[in-house]
Amino acid sequence: MEVENEIAPYKRVQIARNQDRPYSLDLFNTMFEDFVEIHGDRRYSDDSAVICGFGKLDGIEVALIGQQKGRDMNQRRFRNFAMSKPEGYRKALRVMKIAEKFRRAIICFIDTPGAYPGIDAEERGQAEAIAYNLREMALLTVPVIVVVLGEGGSGGALAIGIGDRVLMLENAVYSVITPEGCAAILWKDAGKAELAANSLRLTAKELYNFGLVDEIIPESVEWSIDKEPSEEESSFDEVSDKLKKSILKHLRELVKFKEDDLITTRYEKFRKMGEWSN
Amino acid sequence: MSWFSRKKPKIEEQSNEEERKVKTEGIFVKCPECDSALYKRELKESLQVCTHCAYHFRFGARERLDTLFDNGDYEKLDEEVTSTDPLRFVDTKPYIERIEAAKKSSGLPEAIVSGKGKVGGHPVYAGAMDMSFIGGSMGSAVGEKITRLIERAKKTNGAVVIFAASGGARMQEGTLSLMQMAKISAALAQLHQAGLPYISILTDPTTGGVTASFAMLGDINIGEPKALIGFAGPRVIEQTIRQKLPKGFQRSEFLLEHGMLDMVVDRREMRDTVIRLLNFMMHDEKSRR
Ligand SMILES: [Zn+2]
Repeated sequence: MEVENEIAPYKRVQIARNQDRPYSLDLFNTMFEDFVEIHGDRRYSDDSAVICGFGKLDGIEVALIGQQKGRDMNQRRFRNFAMSKPEGYRKALRVMKIAEKFRRAIICFIDTPGAYPGIDAEERGQAEAIAYNLREMALLTVPVIVVVLGEGGSGGALAIGIGDRVLMLENAVYSVITPEGCAAILWKDAGKAELAANSLRLTAKELYNFGLVDEIIPESVEWSIDKEPSEEESSFDEVSDKLKKSILKHLRELVKFKEDDLITTRYEKFRKMGEWSN
Repeated sequence: MSWFSRKKPKIEEQSNEEERKVKTEGIFVKCPECDSALYKRELKESLQVCTHCAYHFRFGARERLDTLFDNGDYEKLDEEVTSTDPLRFVDTKPYIERIEAAKKSSGLPEAIVSGKGKVGGHPVYAGAMDMSFIGGSMGSAVGEKITRLIERAKKTNGAVVIFAASGGARMQEGTLSLMQMAKISAALAQLHQAGLPYISILTDPTTGGVTASFAMLGDINIGEPKALIGFAGPRVIEQTIRQKLPKGFQRSEFLLEHGMLDMVVDRREMRDTVIRLLNFMMHDEKSRR
């Protein structure tokens, strides 16, 4: 795996949050064909922080779930900065169950600072919505591929993150808490975010080494705000192409699994995670 | 009555109280809810619940298992599973030192203790978390102990009972802590499919990744009175929405009202309640009698 590791972790966090990175919807509309969006959790409302639908990847029908940030203030507000409320997680699970019913694989794109911390979200059971997804995703009888696109924000990311394969873009991060949040609690100073980012081991390479991530999709450039837009456009296609090839490769492997083997293998994958002494 | 005469007794009252505190230190505990002075011995007998107003004091993990199992009898499980420092995490203090300090101060090997035994005659695998061990936080060792507990129950047709008390996932183990949520929930999925019971008891406080995984996944979710239960902590929510939170927000009674808990149960009634539920849920020898 050729992955550069000279970029400091906190710099990665900033790159992962860069609004010029590929967002879920960009990929739904370019990497996939015939994307059609479906809405609502059939319980309360529709959450625009997560986009769900069906698309075709190289002609293969798949269910798509993607957390979506916004690029300008209006979009950000509309998408609630990709911070889902319970109805977002419930919509995602509803789409997964539809995929299961019609025997289609599921692809989830993670890009969120975290689940929404608000009164209404708590009232409607934010914790329950996340927890229930974790349990139900463990039992899905169709292949699930998870891609961490940008920011993998804690439980809010994991709630669509139980996959047979977990892929990560090179500059994406995945963490139990934001470096700022961690710094505020442990250092009592949100300004120590850089130190916290070093300690949290949240980069793709470190997570790969811990066995939490199966493959890193290399990015030829830093998705930095300093780059010229034209340059980013070309590299967007390049990264998108590598990601597509990787997803297809894993899909082809996973469709060979029997339903029970899929569940057992997924169980064993997450069962091994963590380090403790015996 | 003039303001002058009203003020005087107040001062006296205050000094009396100060005096009382000094005199009674060590024998009495003051209830933070109703101000009653409670005999420590009496409080222990009432499972750390105020005998005047039913305020629930914090309760240790070992005490929870002692009072759950029949005759306080159970076999301890996985005491040797303890935390390591996979990230070599250092904040203001190295994590490894925090672990050692927590072991000493809490007298516990981890933020959860677990055991197997009988509850009302039913085979039960129970775990209890303890806030005195790094804020009851869930790292890999906690995740592993809970997962093993659930796997054992599944293998031997037992029930699972877990007392949650936690600030959430343990930051010092980073994403490895986060993945414990997935690991435990997947084990619960297996238990669920096997048709075996899981009773989740949420105590003060249960927040973050613990609430957003196993604590909310009980066939039955029980809250202790007035326990703080939520996903995001109240301070984080206040900072995000920039407004004061309503009274009683994220307390057990609030969650009951919003359909997230099946019941709110006084600690002194907890064991009987668990037995009542297990009688319904289990088809073992005890239930057939
Ligand atoms: Zn009281």
